[in-house]
Amino acid sequence: MSTAVDIRDAVKRYGPVTALHGVSLTIADNEFFTLLGPSGCGKTTLLRLIAGFEEITSGEIRLFGQDIARLEPHQRPVNTVFQQYALFPHMSVIDNVAFGLKMKGVDPATRRARAGRMLEMVHLSQFADRLPAQLSGGQQQRVALARALAPQPRVLLLDEPLSALDLKLRQAMRVELKQLQEETGITFIFVTHDQEEALTMSDRIAVMSAGRVQQIGTAREIYEAPVNRFVADFIGETNLLQVTVEEVSEDRATVVLPGGHRITCPSASSSTGLHHLSIRPERLMISDDADLTATVERVVYLGTDLQVIAHLDGGQPITLRLQNAARVALPEPGQRIGLHLEEGGARLLAD
Amino acid sequence: MAGPGPDRPPGDATYRDLVRPLLLPSWLVIGILMVLPVALMAVYSFLTKEFRGGVIWDFTLAAYDQFFLDRGLFGDDPPRIEWTYISIFWRSIWQAGLATLLCLLIGFPTAWFIATRPARTRGLWLFLITIPYWVNLLIRTVSLRFLLRDQGPLNGALQWLGLLDSPLSIINTNLAVQIGLFYSYLPFMVLPIYAAVERYNFALSEAAADLYANRWATLREVVLPVVKPGIVAGCILVFIPSLGAFLAPDLLGGAKTFMIGSLIDEQFRGSQGNWPFGAAAAMILMSLVLIVLLIYARSQGRAPR
Repeated sequence: MSTAVDIRDAVKRYGPVTALHGVSLTIADNEFFTLLGPSGCGKTTLLRLIAGFEEITSGEIRLFGQDIARLEPHQRPVNTVFQQYALFPHMSVIDNVAFGLKMKGVDPATRRARAGRMLEMVHLSQFADRLPAQLSGGQQQRVALARALAPQPRVLLLDEPLSALDLKLRQAMRVELKQLQEETGITFIFVTHDQEEALTMSDRIAVMSAGRVQQIGTAREIYEAPVNRFVADFIGETNLLQVTVEEVSEDRATVVLPGGHRITCPSASSSTGLHHLSIRPERLMISDDADLTATVERVVYLGTDLQVIAHLDGGQPITLRLQNAARVALPEPGQRIGLHLEEGGARLLAD
Repeated sequence: MAGPGPDRPPGDATYRDLVRPLLLPSWLVIGILMVLPVALMAVYSFLTKEFRGGVIWDFTLAAYDQFFLDRGLFGDDPPRIEWTYISIFWRSIWQAGLATLLCLLIGFPTAWFIATRPARTRGLWLFLITIPYWVNLLIRTVSLRFLLRDQGPLNGALQWLGLLDSPLSIINTNLAVQIGLFYSYLPFMVLPIYAAVERYNFALSEAAADLYANRWATLREVVLPVVKPGIVAGCILVFIPSLGAFLAPDLLGGAKTFMIGSLIDEQFRGSQGNWPFGAAAAMILMSLVLIVLLIYARSQGRAPR
């Protein structure tokens, strides 16, 4: 598979503030790639560097091998779906969609036909002659998508395009976006702070924090094999326990918890001493075949799930999630329980 | 312009009874300050002039006849078109149009500059723009006369710099009047455009650039259409007062730069005046302005805002 976007040591400074500290990543052609992180992590800055709205301080951005870091935005064969859509308020929906083609010098008949097909694709044909202000938020969102796709960019940039929609619409659009990406074969670079969005749509995800890429991988990789505390904590729920590493070999480690329990688990670290252990709540089970023992504090009923809040013998809090199945016997507050840790449910982190 | 009230439809009898008395003040203001003076002026334009100023209550078309038709020295030649006043009108339209264009060319970048400064310094820039307007227009126009005259500072500076050998005669020319009009009305262009640019969503420019529009295309296709209401408001606010201006042509111009404002002004001064003729000229001017606005409104398919 060929490389669509290749970013090398991208640095962006605003005066004394550094927004990106040398980010490098490679995005394959035809990939649905997500930049995920909390606000201020640099994900939008990175997207704007690719689009050309911000000037890179140092580093390289290559698009299908061509260095585009010094090109003006209008010279880059990428298109953007903006967070607040940024539709042209004085143009009809069809003129909005045809704008990129018009600027490229496509003749009126052709561009109208192609814009019409784009509107068909996003199911808005009947609104072609309306003004953007006459559409709902979800419809405007789809116009923005059609407008960005009409010039047939090789890479489509999406800046939190779903964040202004209500929950139900957002979930429907996720499916539509993913389908659209597969149908068009265009590389999507999607920026979001919503991990569920990222996990459900992406081929690969780059988790960002504080201007750095923390980890790049598939949804499964970043969820199940987080490299550090930030990723483990940001993606899903997790129990972070401070442990002492006794022994490290290959990619496994033996650690000791403050209560004296000893666990062997996969490791992202190669040093001994104090480290953090991540245990996913759904990978713990109440069992007599126990790796850990704990005392129940509270049981929270969540419908499909039950959340059990307990503390380990060493005093550290731990949460587990049980499926609400008929066979589950509810633990009582104060009850001592044995916890079985599924293989791969715990992971030693690098920091 | 406003839609029906939030609670009751406008057709509702109780609603009308309630709202009508509340509308009274606005009807009074419009009636006394607008309709009545215009009606008075319209009536006066059809009266007969008295020689020491004032009017005789005899209805006639004499004022309009005098404006448009030339009947010779004794008034018994076959009527021909009288060009004197039409050419004054034409010169006024030309001068006002040029002033509007100059104000737009200078005012738009100025407004853009101010609107793109950080929020806390914008107020300062606007303040600087408006400071000169705290001084009476008459005084500022007289000052311009001193600046522009042959031995004035402008000519002095140009000669000192070696750009001129002898003073440039600016005063009493159309150029001096143009400078006066431009200077007098520039803020009326800057302020509405500033208000429009300040509300402009700069993401639209990014979207245009993202869709392959270069800077000029972005300006032409997106920026100008979106801030157009501000530009139109500025043009109207400069063109209309420029058209009727009399201070700048009076103080900075001469006989050859005579404009409508001065013509009308003259008709109401002392014993040389001709009130019906002044009223008729004012009516013709007002009709002209209304026609321009109506053509604009028609081209927009809606009332001007």
